[in-house]
Amino acid sequence: MNESDVRIDYYPTHELDGIKYRCGRVLPFGATMVPNGINFSIYSSSATSCTLVLFKKNADQPFAEIPFPKEFMIGNVYSMIVFDLDYENLEYGYKMSGPYDPVAGHIFDSSKILSDPYAKAIGGRDTWLKPPNWDKLYPFRSRLVFEDFDWENDKPLETPIEDLIIYEMHVRSFTTHPSSGIKFKGTFAGIREKIPYLMDLGVNCIELMPIYEFDEYEHSKIDPNTGELLVNYWGYSTLNFFAPKSGYAATGKYGMQVDELKNLIKELHNNNIEVILDVVFNHTAEGDHRGPVISFKGIDNKTYYMLTPEGYYFNFSGTGNTLNCNHPIVRNMVLDCLRYWASEYHIDGFRFDLASILGRAQDGSPLNNPPLLESLAYDPILAKCKLIAEAWDAGGLYQVGTFPCYGRWAEWNGKYRDTVRKFLKGDENMVGEMSQRMQGSPDMYSARGATAGINFVTCHDGFTLYDLVSYNEKHNEANGENNQDGNNDNDSWNCGWEGETDNQDINRLRHKQIKNALSILFVSQGVPMILMGDEMGRTQYGNNNTYCHDTELNWLNWDLIKKNEDLYNFAKHIISFRRTHPVLRNSQHFRNMDYMNTGYPDISFHGKQAWQADWSESSRLLAFMLDGGHAKNGNYKDNTIFVAMNMFWEACSVELPKLQNGKSWFLSVNTDMQPPFDFYGVSYEQKLEDQNSLILGPRSVVILIEK
Amino acid sequence: MSFTVDSKMIENVARITLTGALDSSTAPLLQEEVMKIIPQNPKELVMDVEHLDFMASAGLRIIIFAKQKLGTQAKLVLVKPQDQLIETLKMTGLIFSVVIVDKYPE
Repeated sequence: MNESDVRIDYYPTHELDGIKYRCGRVLPFGATMVPNGINFSIYSSSATSCTLVLFKKNADQPFAEIPFPKEFMIGNVYSMIVFDLDYENLEYGYKMSGPYDPVAGHIFDSSKILSDPYAKAIGGRDTWLKPPNWDKLYPFRSRLVFEDFDWENDKPLETPIEDLIIYEMHVRSFTTHPSSGIKFKGTFAGIREKIPYLMDLGVNCIELMPIYEFDEYEHSKIDPNTGELLVNYWGYSTLNFFAPKSGYAATGKYGMQVDELKNLIKELHNNNIEVILDVVFNHTAEGDHRGPVISFKGIDNKTYYMLTPEGYYFNFSGTGNTLNCNHPIVRNMVLDCLRYWASEYHIDGFRFDLASILGRAQDGSPLNNPPLLESLAYDPILAKCKLIAEAWDAGGLYQVGTFPCYGRWAEWNGKYRDTVRKFLKGDENMVGEMSQRMQGSPDMYSARGATAGINFVTCHDGFTLYDLVSYNEKHNEANGENNQDGNNDNDSWNCGWEGETDNQDINRLRHKQIKNALSILFVSQGVPMILMGDEMGRTQYGNNNTYCHDTELNWLNWDLIKKNEDLYNFAKHIISFRRTHPVLRNSQHFRNMDYMNTGYPDISFHGKQAWQADWSESSRLLAFMLDGGHAKNGNYKDNTIFVAMNMFWEACSVELPKLQNGKSWFLSVNTDMQPPFDFYGVSYEQKLEDQNSLILGPRSVVILIEK
Repeated sequence: MSFTVDSKMIENVARITLTGALDSSTAPLLQEEVMKIIPQNPKELVMDVEHLDFMASAGLRIIIFAKQKLGTQAKLVLVKPQDQLIETLKMTGLIFSVVIVDKYPE
C-alpha cells in the first residue's frame, strides 16, 4: 500500500505490546481488510467483555490478545481495527466474559477461544480426514479470505425453475472412487473435471450436499465389527455458515478453497449448469449440553439456540440443538450468509435442510407468518435465487403442501416420492393420486403452480433407485447402530429376491422398473431431481442411511456406466426428451380445457379405451395426453405427447386417441422392450404400425409423440 | 532455498526472474517489484519461474494483483512453471489470467 493511499481516518490510537489498533467499524460483521489493517467486528447480547485473540497460521499459542476497550463498543457490538497484520498468515478468535448460569441460558467461559460466526474461512480441517492435533487450544480457527477472484462476466444463470433438471450430489462421493479416472479425486476441482459428463447426461443443475465447513471427525468412531472408521461423512453439521469446506478442495491445504470453489461455479455456469447448495440452518456442530463449545455457545448461547425453560437445548433437528432461527439476530445472520453466497459465490439457489425448523418460534411452536422465511422470500439480493424447502423437521412438523411460501418457496415434494414408489410397485388405489403428482400436484399447490414441487423418487436420504427395486428392507448394519437407524417405510420392492442376484428375469425387471421410475419422473410437471448415480444403477447394498461411510458404499463407481449401459443410455434419453418438449415443463397448472382452441384440452386422461380413464381402486393403468398446442400456456408449439403407464403385472391393450390433420403417433419410449429398442432418440422416433391401439407390457411405460 | 527476485524493463516488456520459495514472508518483495514496474505501463509482464521451487497462496495472490494492475490489454506470461504450480493455477481458475510458455521469447 502506497503511503499516500492511507486515509487519515485509519490511524492507530492504541498500542499494546507493539501492536497498533484503533476503534473499528461496526459493519460489516466479521473480519474485513481495510487499508493497512483488518477490521474486526462481533456482537454478543450478554457478554460483559471481549478479547480479540490473534494467531499465526497453525500456531499453538496466540501472539497477541487485545481486550476491547469500553470505548470500542457500540450497543452490543465490539469492533476494532488492528494495523500491520500479515493477513495471509493470520488466524483469529475471541474470548468472551459473562455470566455462567445455564438455567438462564448463559454459559460464558472466558478461557475458551471462540470462532467467529462471520469468519469466511475456517482452519483446522484443511485436508480431508487428516488427523488433527486433538489437544489444540483453538481447533476451528477463523481466517480471512481474499475477494479478488476474477469472475469475468459470470453471474447466476437464472434458469427458469421449470426448466431445471437437478442432480443431487456429494462432493466426495462423486469422484473419490478410483474409477473416476481423474486427478483430484473427491474435490471441487474433481467435479470441474467431470463437467463433460454432466453435459453428456443432460442435467443443468447440481445440488451439492453440505459444503459449509464441518468436522468430518465429529462423533467419529471405529465400528467394532468391521474396524471401519465411521465419520461425519455427509456433513449435515455446520461449524461455520460462511466458510466452504476446505477438505473438499484440492487446494485447501494452501488455503485456496475459496478460489477453487468459485472456479468450479464459474466453469459450471459457462456450461449452463446451475449450482444449488444444500444448507443446514437448523442446527450446528455444537451439539447439546454435552457438546463442544466452538463458537455460538460461547458468544451468545441464549440468542443462537432454542432453549427449554430449564436451559437445555430443544432438539427439533434430531442432532442435539436447534438454531434459534426466528430470533432477529440469528435471522439477520442467516440472511447475511445467503446474501454472501449469492453475491460472492454466484450461487443459483438454496435447498434448506429440515426447513420447517425455520418456521418455528423461539419456544419451538410453529409460526403462521415466520419472519425468517418472509425475509428470505422478499430479499432483493436473493430475488432470483431458487429457494427450496425440505418441508419437515425431526420434531414432527410436516409441511409438504403447506410450507409458508410467499409466492417464492418451492418444496421437496415428499408426497410425490411416496406416491410414485407405491404406484411403481403396483399398489392398489394409486392411480388417482398418481395423476395429481404427475400434473405437478395441483391438489397440494393449487395457488402456487406446478413449480412449487421438486419431484423426486430418490434422494441422499433413503435407498438409491437401484436399491429401491432390489431391497424390501433396509440393511444398515454397517452404520454400527444394529440396523436401528434409517427410515423403515421405504415403499420399495425387490422384484422377487432380496439384494444381488444372478437371476436374469429379476435383473431385467429391476432395470425396467428403474426405467419406469425415470420415465414417470421426467414426464411429470414440476421440477425433477435425481440422485447422483441413479442414472447408472448405483447401489448402497440396501443401506438407506449412509451418512457415516467414506467408502465404496458412497463413492460413485464409474464402471457402472459400462455395466448398466442400458440404464445410462435410457436416463440420457429421457432427460433429453424432457428438455426437447416444453409441454412437459409448464410453470402453471393445467386447466383441463381447450383454451387455445386446438381441438384437445391441455391434458386429458385415458384408459384401456381412449378418453375413458379407469380411476377404480383396482386400476393400475394411467394414460394421459398433453396437447402440444398448450405448451407453456400456449406460448410454445410442441408435439402432442401420449404417456401410458401400466403398473399391473400383466400386459394390456390401450386404445390411442385419434390425431387430427393426418398426424401419426411415433414411439419414443417402451420400457418393456429390451435395449436398444427401449427408446428411440429425439427426432428418431419410430412410427407405430397400428395407430389405433398398442399393447402395454406388464409393469411398463410407453411414451408416444405426435408428428 | 532463499528467495531472489530481479526485474528489468526492455522495450515495454517487463521481466521478473524468481528463484527459491515464494511464500507469505517473501511475497511482499515480489509485490514491491510489481509496484515498481506497473507505472511504466509494460505491454507484457514476463515472470521467469523455472527455478521457483514453491509458491504459496500468498504468491498466487500477487499474480492476481499483478494481473489486476496490468489491466486487460497487457499480457502476464509465466515461463516454465513447475507442474504443481500449473495444477494449482488450473484448479483455482487463474490459468485463464496468464499465458504459460516454455521459453521467452518463444
